[in-house]
Amino acid sequence: MSALSERPENPIVGIPLPHESAALHVTGEALYTDDLVVRTAGALHAWPVQAPHTHALVTSLRPEPAYDVPGVVRVLTAADVPGVNDAGIKHDEPLFPTEVMFHGHAVCWVLGETLEAARLGAEAVEVEYEPLPALVTVQEAIAAESFQGARPHLERGDVDGALDDAAHVFEGEFEFAGQEHFYLETHASLALVDEGGQVLVHSSTQHPSETQEIVAHVLGLPSHAVTVQCLRMGGAFGGKEMQPHGYAAIAALGATLTGRPVRLRLNRTQDITMSGKRHGFHSTWRVGFDDEGHVVGLEATLTADGGWSLDLSEPVLARALCHIDNAYWVPNVRVDGRIARTNKTSQTAFRGFGGPQGMLVMEDILGRCAPRLGIDPVELRRRNFYKSHHTTPYGQPVRHADRLQACWDQVAESGEVARRREEVAEFNRRHPHTKRGLAMTPVKFGISFNLTAFNQAGALVHVYKDGSVLINHGGTEMGQGLHTKMLQVAATTLGVPLERVRLAPTRTDKVPNTSATAASSGADLNGAAIKNACEQIRERLAQVAGGRLGTSPRDVRFDAGTVRGLSAASGTIGWDELVNTAYHQRVQLWAAGFYRTEGLHWDAASMRGEPFKYFAYGVAAAEVEVDGFTGSYRLRQVDIVHDVGDSLSPLIDIGQIEGGFVQGMGWLTLEDLRWDTSDGPGRGRLATQAASTYKLPSFSEMPEVFRVALLEKAHEEGAVYGSKAVGEPPLMLAFSVREALREAAAAFGPAGTSIELGCPATPEAVFWALDGARAAATPVPPDPEPALVSAG
Amino acid sequence: MSSTPTITVNGDEVPLAGIAAHTTTLDWLRERGLTGAKEGCAEGECGACSVLVARPGTDAPTEWTAVNACLVPVAALDGQELVTSEGLGTSSDLHPVQQEIAVRGGSQCGFCTPGFVCSLAAEFYRPGRTGDATPAGTGDGTGDGTVNGTSRGTDVAPCDHEHGPNGVDLHALSGNLCRCTGYRPIRDAAFALGAPEADDAFAARQAEPPPAPRPTRVAVDGAEFVRPQSLAEALDLLVARPDAQVVAGSTDWGVEVNIRGRRAPYVVAVDRLPELRELSYGDDVVEIGAALTLTEIERRLAGRVPLLAEVFPQFASRLIRNSATIGGNIGTGSPIGDTPPALLALDAEVVLASPRGERVVPLADYFTGYRQSVRSDDELIKAVRLPLPLAPLVGFHKIAKRRFDDISSVAVGYALEVADGVVARARIGLGGVAATPLRAVATEDALVGRPWTEETVRRAAAVLAGEGTPMDDHRASASYRSAMLGQSLLRLFHTHGPADGPAPLQEVSA
Repeated sequence: MSALSERPENPIVGIPLPHESAALHVTGEALYTDDLVVRTAGALHAWPVQAPHTHALVTSLRPEPAYDVPGVVRVLTAADVPGVNDAGIKHDEPLFPTEVMFHGHAVCWVLGETLEAARLGAEAVEVEYEPLPALVTVQEAIAAESFQGARPHLERGDVDGALDDAAHVFEGEFEFAGQEHFYLETHASLALVDEGGQVLVHSSTQHPSETQEIVAHVLGLPSHAVTVQCLRMGGAFGGKEMQPHGYAAIAALGATLTGRPVRLRLNRTQDITMSGKRHGFHSTWRVGFDDEGHVVGLEATLTADGGWSLDLSEPVLARALCHIDNAYWVPNVRVDGRIARTNKTSQTAFRGFGGPQGMLVMEDILGRCAPRLGIDPVELRRRNFYKSHHTTPYGQPVRHADRLQACWDQVAESGEVARRREEVAEFNRRHPHTKRGLAMTPVKFGISFNLTAFNQAGALVHVYKDGSVLINHGGTEMGQGLHTKMLQVAATTLGVPLERVRLAPTRTDKVPNTSATAASSGADLNGAAIKNACEQIRERLAQVAGGRLGTSPRDVRFDAGTVRGLSAASGTIGWDELVNTAYHQRVQLWAAGFYRTEGLHWDAASMRGEPFKYFAYGVAAAEVEVDGFTGSYRLRQVDIVHDVGDSLSPLIDIGQIEGGFVQGMGWLTLEDLRWDTSDGPGRGRLATQAASTYKLPSFSEMPEVFRVALLEKAHEEGAVYGSKAVGEPPLMLAFSVREALREAAAAFGPAGTSIELGCPATPEAVFWALDGARAAATPVPPDPEPALVSAG
Repeated sequence: MSSTPTITVNGDEVPLAGIAAHTTTLDWLRERGLTGAKEGCAEGECGACSVLVARPGTDAPTEWTAVNACLVPVAALDGQELVTSEGLGTSSDLHPVQQEIAVRGGSQCGFCTPGFVCSLAAEFYRPGRTGDATPAGTGDGTGDGTVNGTSRGTDVAPCDHEHGPNGVDLHALSGNLCRCTGYRPIRDAAFALGAPEADDAFAARQAEPPPAPRPTRVAVDGAEFVRPQSLAEALDLLVARPDAQVVAGSTDWGVEVNIRGRRAPYVVAVDRLPELRELSYGDDVVEIGAALTLTEIERRLAGRVPLLAEVFPQFASRLIRNSATIGGNIGTGSPIGDTPPALLALDAEVVLASPRGERVVPLADYFTGYRQSVRSDDELIKAVRLPLPLAPLVGFHKIAKRRFDDISSVAVGYALEVADGVVARARIGLGGVAATPLRAVATEDALVGRPWTEETVRRAAAVLAGEGTPMDDHRASASYRSAMLGQSLLRLFHTHGPADGPAPLQEVSA
């Protein structure tokens, strides 16, 4: 065991605890950014003027009429920006654009005494546009060769030779939709000008340091003049990694210009029409198998629909390429990636960050090819698993590949998969109008930011004279339970009861230069930084205790608020007393902690290296039942075994697995982003821009039986207290649902039917899939059938 | 009508001062610092704004009823009692519902949680809910979401993944969205609830009469919200103000206000008019008051109109059904309302009241165009009449992406009578395939007088597939809508075929 991963006796980590704010959540006492407005005197409210065009030049903008609306205080335009008129880090996102790049793009903002005044003021602003041709679909962008950013290329082995020699070669095309984050809390910022010109921005942001940087460069201020605080977020999922910056900057600009607090909270329609989403992808592929069904070669081109600006599309695409292998050994591989530039919202980070898209391509290939190979898809997947001596296409050894098989075997056994698959087959024989399917899929997901520099974190730990502990770290709380885990880490390292530790909100003036709370890395990075800070304090206190107890400081142990030597004879001293003693001995009782992940290297140009500290593994089995009349379906049972290392907080981790799974299922089966692709006046407009039209999973989509287990004996040497990251990987366990739907649809057709399934696999998409299968089984030619509906 | 409007929030009576006619209950609460209720969608879809309102009960004098605070104008709550998550408990003294959700990992980001708490609290207090809680111990981090408790109480509804052994019906939470948890821990919390304690003040409140509706007039900046006391008074107001916007549960109008920025100069609330809140089940007609909510109708009919009993659980969410009225569902004239296809199949009639008197219009003649009807500006829908006896073979097929709380792409209501193996009478109502709800008359003709056999059904299904003029939109393609029409009758026959044997259609489609 490494010093980082080893746990002391009686650790607080590993205990199943509810979320640290649970009692505040259930009573409504927990405060979110927009809840501060009523607690802030004199706040102004902001409302955007959204362009009704998908691509257009702004030929004139007259704010004057807005000032005739009672209660309008100020219209913010590009002329007001003292610094840089840009909301992104790539300098391709004008905060106040002169060229409208997507339907609903905000061209200016109105501040009012009330939200109603700001809304009416925005209606009064007169803007003239010169419409321009727009690219709406990724196919249109490909045809127009409209690309942006890097064109990564990942290659290993002799792909052409492998495909030439392969016993079976298949090729195909697959386009699948993106996903709206639909965090329940929309984007929100509240900006105030503090004493001495200091700008304080409360922001619902996963990346306070970057929000701070953008606010500073828009205002033309140094970073030390801007502080960003994030109390907590009402969900984020990647949607608040890059996207909050511009909104925070608008609020801050308004506050500096008016001298009053400015609140900017998007309503749902604004949020969904203006903020970026998960990238939809288009893919083409060619794959070769040997006679036993081993993949021998894969060639693919992935085109991510990046939307109007570059945003995080490059690292998203890099992660997609790095995950096209998922859990499978592909000896010869060549993947090209490109980012389409379309007139849509700027697509961005979303739980999995390109990984799900890359893996989906592979799982779709296996699901489509298994019947054509005549191999059971469960067996086809298992047969291609990585072994521990393999390396990924980018050259990283697949450490702990045996855990794939361990998860697989445990799911198969505890979920009684073999017996239930027989039952499914028997059910399907007896029911012509209802079919079931049971599929198993694996996940292997690389943990760390691909960009090595981001893999660092800081923390600040204070021990007060009364023995109480206050911790602060660079990570943000979005519901994932990071703060709960951090409290547990601090209590474990200091050897104090959990109640002695309190956590203060994330602020850029406490811990600077932080990375986004993203890439599932929040607990790994910040936990190690907190542990480092706590260890510094503990070592100083051990010196003091050694003196008091007459023992070597090396032999001092901290446990549950009691400090003792190794020998029972040495006696004990209470934590509070020790702290007080240390203070009077002028011992520093606070520390800044720091951590950087060792052993990472990555060459983005050649797409080679070891970008990940480790891989997280998991396996899911899902059983569905499909109605042949409608294509609607029910999720009967889900069994999951997932590898979280030695869990820091099991209740939190189970919650991440279940929640990630259901969110992934939403992406793959239900959530339906529909952009107007017609040539009509609404071309480019998002048609599903409300909760009434963009449907998230609700109680009716929850698996009827939902069993989640954590893989045992899963210690991870490379992470804090032996744990593993859990935020993103479980999302991809939901591939099992899509593959089960594919199997159920195939059961309507003759044996060996290969199903092409739309994504999302809505009831309509499933209906067309099963209807096609059914037609293949019917001797009489059916009516002309509609083409498979492709989403996105 | 001139007393100062007030509302009792978490036990404190508060004047409703300075509110606009369109001010929502949610905005009003949040501006008072009660920020537990959240805005997640502003259209009654996510439930983050759920609060409890004391309403006249069906099985108790008063019932705590969960509603979407984002849709209800606060002026509509003049004289009423409201409880928010803050009023149910505090972090140092949690309510049982709060306790179960908190300890089982039922909150992650916490933003939707106060809404879940209120919706679940309403179910916790629902009179008639009986049963025992799931045995404790599912909060141990194993994540085993299996429903393993078998019913040990008496008169307990069957227990499955949507119905707890404690009588909790998860449909109570069908209008609440959570993006974080995947719902399993919330289900476990719901099924772990026991009965309210003997000294529970909220339970005790239900035994007392509900707050009476209060005549209300709120006028600010030239816009008025008026709640008349009687039908006659309401009709006079409509004559005086042809521009009046009539609202009942405000589940449609609230969306217009919030999402489309509509503001009415004059709003007349009719949801508490006693003349519109009667329900009678006679010998030859069922009469349902237009201002009864879907929940009230569901509870008071108690399955006596089987076709409507199929509609209720598929109609929006419990939160919406608690506010939405049957008159409103007809009155908005939407082609995708859930009740019209079923009501058309039931040969429903609409009772329209005006100062000139009452008239009765068959629902089949009521709709004249997209959101247009024969109702004139000075008329109110007073009631819906269903002739008796009811046809014995019924079905309601709603096609949607999501099973709970979605809008249909296509809906079909059936009421058939099969005598001696022959279809004696057929009524089929359709939604989502034209500018108005409509009767599938050609399909009815293809069935009536013919034997209830697969051959008849296949022929009629082909006719049904051609009914209406379905469109392509974000909910479904036109071809899927037509296909669903065609499949629907096959599905009905499969469910209600003449033989009890499995799969009447087996030889054709498998």
